[in-house]
Amino acid sequence: MRARVFVTLKPSVFDPQGTTVAEALHTLGYAAVKDVRQGKYFELDIDATSADEARKLASEAADKLLANPVIESYRIEVATS
Amino acid sequence: MKFAVVVFPGSNCDHDAYHAAKHVLGQDAEFVWHKETSLGGADAVILPGGFAHGDYLRTGAIARFSPIMAAVKRFAEEGGPVLGICNGFQVLLEAGMLPGAMLRNRSVKFQCEHVHISVEQTDTPFTVGCRRGQILRIPIAHGEGNYYAEPDVVDRLEKNRQVVFRYTTASGEATDEANPNGSVRNIAGLCNDARNVVGLMPHPERACELAVGSKDGLVLFESVTKFVMGSGVIFRGQSREDHPLAETVLQK
Repeated sequence: MRARVFVTLKPSVFDPQGTTVAEALHTLGYAAVKDVRQGKYFELDIDATSADEARKLASEAADKLLANPVIESYRIEVATS
Repeated sequence: MKFAVVVFPGSNCDHDAYHAAKHVLGQDAEFVWHKETSLGGADAVILPGGFAHGDYLRTGAIARFSPIMAAVKRFAEEGGPVLGICNGFQVLLEAGMLPGAMLRNRSVKFQCEHVHISVEQTDTPFTVGCRRGQILRIPIAHGEGNYYAEPDVVDRLEKNRQVVFRYTTASGEATDEANPNGSVRNIAGLCNDARNVVGLMPHPERACELAVGSKDGLVLFESVTKFVMGSGVIFRGQSREDHPLAETVLQK
């Protein structure tokens, strides 16, 4: 089973990289891009019997390692295929 | 006294720290590979700068799983002095031994320059030889030194006097211009509740001899030597209150 974990900086945390990327896009003429937040994406291939079990495991992995709770939050998608 | 300098794969300031302790200060020092499980009877531990484990995932995030870190944690819990410099500071944050986290510098650049920091607290093992408000000129070299913690955490740090170093001007003002990376309230270094674990982004070990432009950093190494040797008693295994130097250290 595949779990996708999206880690992003919390909304209250300034993202200097995202801001720089947004400025670069503006230089390319994409004025419509108002803001960019840069994050991390993980694909976990999990040996689990149900989507719930996979989600629980991915969530634990995110809490303990993939995200730093001081500055980051995360969201999980589980794909059964 | 004996310093243990922990070496992670990717550490690159380990030799500078070793040199400062052994050759400049004239104390005993030993490298301790991250796979080791013992600190070999050291009296103080240095987590050096560099890019431990390639800074994969987040700076310091993987280093906390290195076997030696269990010994470092135990040593710290027993009151032993631990100094995290730059990447070593990031490791202490990720290991939960100090509060907060590091963000990318607000300039999005790797900042490599001499900065001024003020010594805000002198009752830590690494600043006991400093004057309060003493200004040190020390180099920084980092891409992720933008210290962040939730506002209530920062308030608590201030209230408990855990902000040990702050970026300032040469005359000691903590202005925004003097802040090289965007750290909240110009925080350059802090200590834990028990005050024996200290982390800072600037590199005192690279400022221990005039030949390299400044020897302002030497006072941190002198301080911990004084702390450990002061009474001729090694304090490991004792709580801070029971430590024979506690009174001296806390009164200063």
